[in-house]
Amino acid sequence: VSRAAWLRHETGLAGLVVVALIVLAFLSDRFFTADNLLNQGRLMSEVGLVALAMTFVIVTGGIDLSVGSILGMTAILLGVFWYNVGLPLPVAIVAALACGTLAGLGNGLIITRFGVPPLIATLATLALYRGLAEGISQARSVRGYPEWFFILGQGEVAGVPVQLWLLGLATALAAFILARTPFGRATYAIGANETAARFSGIRVDATKLWIYTAAGFLSALAAVVFVSRVTTTRSDMGTGLELDVITGVVLGGTSIFGGRGTVLGTALGLVLIQALKNGLALAGVKGDGTIGVIGIVLIAAILIGAIFDKDRGG
Amino acid sequence: MSAIAETAPAGRSAFRRFIGGYGQEMVVLLAIVVLFVAVGAVNPRFLSDTNINSIFAGNAYIAIAAIGMSMVIVSGHIDVSVGSLIGVIATLAGTLAVSGAPIWVAWAVPILFAIAVNAGVGALVAYMRIPSIVVTLGMLSILKGGLISATGGKWITDMPEGFMIAQMRLFGIPSSVYFMVALTALAALFMRYTDFGRAIYAVGGNLEAARAAGLSPERTVVGVFAFHGFFAGIAGIFFATQLQIIQSTVPPNLELTVITASVIGGVSILGGTGTVVGSTLASILFACINSALIFLDISAYWLRAVLGLLILGTVLADMARRRRAA
Repeated sequence: VSRAAWLRHETGLAGLVVVALIVLAFLSDRFFTADNLLNQGRLMSEVGLVALAMTFVIVTGGIDLSVGSILGMTAILLGVFWYNVGLPLPVAIVAALACGTLAGLGNGLIITRFGVPPLIATLATLALYRGLAEGISQARSVRGYPEWFFILGQGEVAGVPVQLWLLGLATALAAFILARTPFGRATYAIGANETAARFSGIRVDATKLWIYTAAGFLSALAAVVFVSRVTTTRSDMGTGLELDVITGVVLGGTSIFGGRGTVLGTALGLVLIQALKNGLALAGVKGDGTIGVIGIVLIAAILIGAIFDKDRGG
Repeated sequence: MSAIAETAPAGRSAFRRFIGGYGQEMVVLLAIVVLFVAVGAVNPRFLSDTNINSIFAGNAYIAIAAIGMSMVIVSGHIDVSVGSLIGVIATLAGTLAVSGAPIWVAWAVPILFAIAVNAGVGALVAYMRIPSIVVTLGMLSILKGGLISATGGKWITDMPEGFMIAQMRLFGIPSSVYFMVALTALAALFMRYTDFGRAIYAVGGNLEAARAAGLSPERTVVGVFAFHGFFAGIAGIFFATQLQIIQSTVPPNLELTVITASVIGGVSILGGTGTVVGSTLASILFACINSALIFLDISAYWLRAVLGLLILGTVLADMARRRRAA
């Protein structure tokens, strides 16, 4: 597929985002206000951080279903380290981030050392990490964090939510790595043809290990942002996060079979989903009802992609 | 199960061949026996009639759903939406039952609905070549979102007594146990001795070889998903009638339990091998573990971590076995 064709996917998606924003602005006069849009950006940050890593994962032809569980486990550990163990909060944050990163490394080791398909490996760790979160917390929540901690999830810098700065920085970094570095080229090569990549001297296992570890780290970072935003830790945090993340990435044009996809596409996909969620909520669709629409969007996006692929004779 | 895919080396006795062919099933069966003996020794109430009945009946709907899931996984696919589907089926059946529809309608319509939904999923997977994980992830949220929007989470109560099939008993044994045993036996025979059943193994084992042998992988996959819908439908009816209320929500992580039952029962995650006997035994094992945690006074909040470790261990053992065989 030529570069121009994929630029077209993102152009089309950008057009769709603009149309959605205009329609939603007409549907509700509360939608297109700076307050609402910045607040939506805040809500999008956790999914966004994880989706950056998931883009790399899916470009290699893999998948990571355990990200929501890693988020939940990290959140619980943060609470436990701080409240039960009594560590100073900054130390507890670093320790929890390290545990989430280790969880991602665990995924990577199971996948690369034992050759377990990523779908199954992360399905198992989805259960394991969530189970650890439930077992460790015994369904007790931790609250009462110090005031300064809430800056990350609720504060603003220059009028823009803090976590949106964080997401923007991470997005730029991820986009640069995927598009402009040898690591990014290795990621594409693995997804396009793993055997060929191996034979051409690319360090396939090391690359994958880094990517799954990064997915663990970003899920853990999202957990810290999440806890700071909602001021409490619960073991069911991040349940179903994997669905939102995968939908955003796939909607952004990343092929579920691997080999193609861009960070820009993922960002646009995420914006479209968040706009739809917010717009529907403002239009009166209740809470979890909006996830039905996301399911339809996911299947439709892949279906349309599949039809276009056939037309290209792929 | 490798009884079909592999042939045991000659010279072994029929008994050892049988055991060898059902390796994983035997492991699970042994685990159940060990749990009964060990936990029973610590706390004899574990072996009371009431508890044994609840172990076998409590997870019967999971075992029934796992029959269909095993077929799906053997054919080389997966379905993460089965939990949502069972939630929708239960609510649909309950709504029909309290609306005054004939009992058989309240049972049959949801099952037909489940077959139709999953045949659609199968068609998207088989003909549009969309990976089953993506289609069923989307279906999970469509069913879940649709259910919440439609019901607002309202509970259903006061269902007619004749509708409550899971609470019926024959000779003191809950009806769900009969269904679990009968459906497992039928499905096992079906998968082993019919052309369609063999086609499922062929398509999951080697798609191109199956096509070259004149099978239609597309039709087989749609059929497998339709069967899976049938079993999920029955599971949904038993789930709906287990308690006096239906909560109109999706039972959390049910899909994971069902998939875990199939995998721990010996269905290879790479497709091509496995039996429904194994998945049913694994469902019973889960109920045993769950009950054992309670009787040993261990917090039930650890259950999911135990299941996660079990599935991981089984998968790694499966990979190691394959590597040795290769």
